[in-house]
Amino acid sequence: MRNTRALQGGALLALLALGFGVSPLLYGNQSLLFSMMAYVALAQGLNVAYGFTGYLPFGYVGFFGAGAYGTALAITALHWPPVAAVLGGGVLAMVFGVVLAPLLRLSGAYFSIANLAASQALYYVVANPDLAGITRGPYGIKLTSVFAPNLSYAVLWVILLLATGAAIYLRTSRLGLALRATNQDPVSAAAAGVDPVRGRLVAWLLSALIAGLVGGAYGWHVSVFYPQSVFTLRISIFAIVFVLFGGAGTVIGPVIGAVLLYGLYDAIGISSPEYFQLVYGILIIALVLFLPDGLASLARRRVRDVL
Amino acid sequence: MGLLEYALIGGVLYGLFFALVGVGLNLIFGVMRMINLAHGDLIMLGAFGAYWVFHLWGLSPLYGIPLEVVGFIAVGVPLYYLVVPRLLRTRDPEMLSFILFFGLSQVIEASAVLGFGNNQRSVPASTLGHGSVAILGQSFPVAWVVAAGVSVAAILALYVYLYHSRFGYATRAVMASREEALTAGISVHRISATAFVAGFCLAGLAGVFAPYMLGAIDPNMGVDLTTVSFAIVVIGSLGQPLGTVIGGLVYGIAIMLMQTYLPSWSNLLPYLLLIVIVLIKPAGLLGRTVRHA
Repeated sequence: MRNTRALQGGALLALLALGFGVSPLLYGNQSLLFSMMAYVALAQGLNVAYGFTGYLPFGYVGFFGAGAYGTALAITALHWPPVAAVLGGGVLAMVFGVVLAPLLRLSGAYFSIANLAASQALYYVVANPDLAGITRGPYGIKLTSVFAPNLSYAVLWVILLLATGAAIYLRTSRLGLALRATNQDPVSAAAAGVDPVRGRLVAWLLSALIAGLVGGAYGWHVSVFYPQSVFTLRISIFAIVFVLFGGAGTVIGPVIGAVLLYGLYDAIGISSPEYFQLVYGILIIALVLFLPDGLASLARRRVRDVL
Repeated sequence: MGLLEYALIGGVLYGLFFALVGVGLNLIFGVMRMINLAHGDLIMLGAFGAYWVFHLWGLSPLYGIPLEVVGFIAVGVPLYYLVVPRLLRTRDPEMLSFILFFGLSQVIEASAVLGFGNNQRSVPASTLGHGSVAILGQSFPVAWVVAAGVSVAAILALYVYLYHSRFGYATRAVMASREEALTAGISVHRISATAFVAGFCLAGLAGVFAPYMLGAIDPNMGVDLTTVSFAIVVIGSLGQPLGTVIGGLVYGIAIMLMQTYLPSWSNLLPYLLLIVIVLIKPAGLLGRTVRHA
């Protein structure tokens, strides 16, 4: 069983690497590919937290925004080279994750809503005109001097593969098994010698790091952004819908969810986001009622083991 | 000195209103153990109801109240029976209902943007009476006093219902233990459906006063209101509807003090308050355990 999963994992990594590595040569719309890649990585990052620990971070966008702003400040204030700055943004998001780690003591819904509150709080801090000297407040960030669409695309490509690799590791390792056991029955898992806190913390910080790195690469790629564009709740919603649609707790699910739904979103048009909010809202309700384990659960009925 | 008194008394008026904002969320949680994440969006709908009653027919927004109650009953009852029994059969009703109501909140918000447009709207304060009311030497808009008065009346009505009616006894039995209430022959679904719809109506009622208490309204105000409601409810203890009054007062006074002395940071308050409360005392000020390892 472990072997089939390792094989599937290798195949998925190769497919993603090839797909997003070659497609810019064949297809001109790089920004679409970039956004899709960002959402695949974000969905995978959210999956690392939600799929394996059961904690659904509604404020996931907080890490994304922290990464974008961390990267931007490292470039503008500290004059780091952009690639190092993206790493710095990821680390900053992870620090934010450490600050929020006490929330993991709470039960599910409390955690989600407190996390949402934390991301909103971070947004209001970043956007506060009183701090315009540091964050430029509501006036936004300009990184046009280091604008490098191809290099930032390559950096996000690496981040995507790392995120997928992290999810494969959790799906196939002892740690991942322990996490899922804790999620399903904390008391029995603890009795079997599983430390519930340590595993949860590892998954949580990994998830924060992924979102921070993606946010950093995104900020660098678009090079002009505002607090409301990197802290919008819509980013959390998208990642949640993609994960639920594909199947939380699997590695393939979030990839399929993000590629299919983001592709659809882009094909139909971004001009009126309300229609999508409506469609995604209905989709969330329908998934919870009729397919709570996502598309991957359909595949599981046919194939014995899905990554 | 005048400033402090103004902030404190205004905080009490605001706090009573915010108790009404939170109480519907808490009633639904107390009875059903489900967090209605669409709560803020229902308040938004209530606010738009008041706005349209005034702007279409030139009536006082108070006439919106009966209309909204009828509307929320007409939508809430079928919604309950369509969704909740199914949710209760799933492996994790708490988390899945949470996600489902999140989806509902997105649907309501998107529909409101499509239906009402993305503009901010307001209702003139004079529609609830002219002039101002003097309380302890400070003067406040009539609208604030009316809103606080209606909130007190609504919460008193809820109290009488819960503590002095047969249906209310049954409701509290379901709150204490769903299983035992079932075995005692209480029709849990009827009780839950009633609480569910009552929670909707209380949100709508709070919404009618939102244009006066919160300023301009827009379809996107729901998420913030849900967070604020949740903060209030948690401060006053989740699952204890009347504890919400304490939560509302704490929040109302805190927000007035912030707006008086530290206005540029006041929009941070509900979020920080929420995080601090769930971390320090997640059971709320009146107690009831909720965390697990």
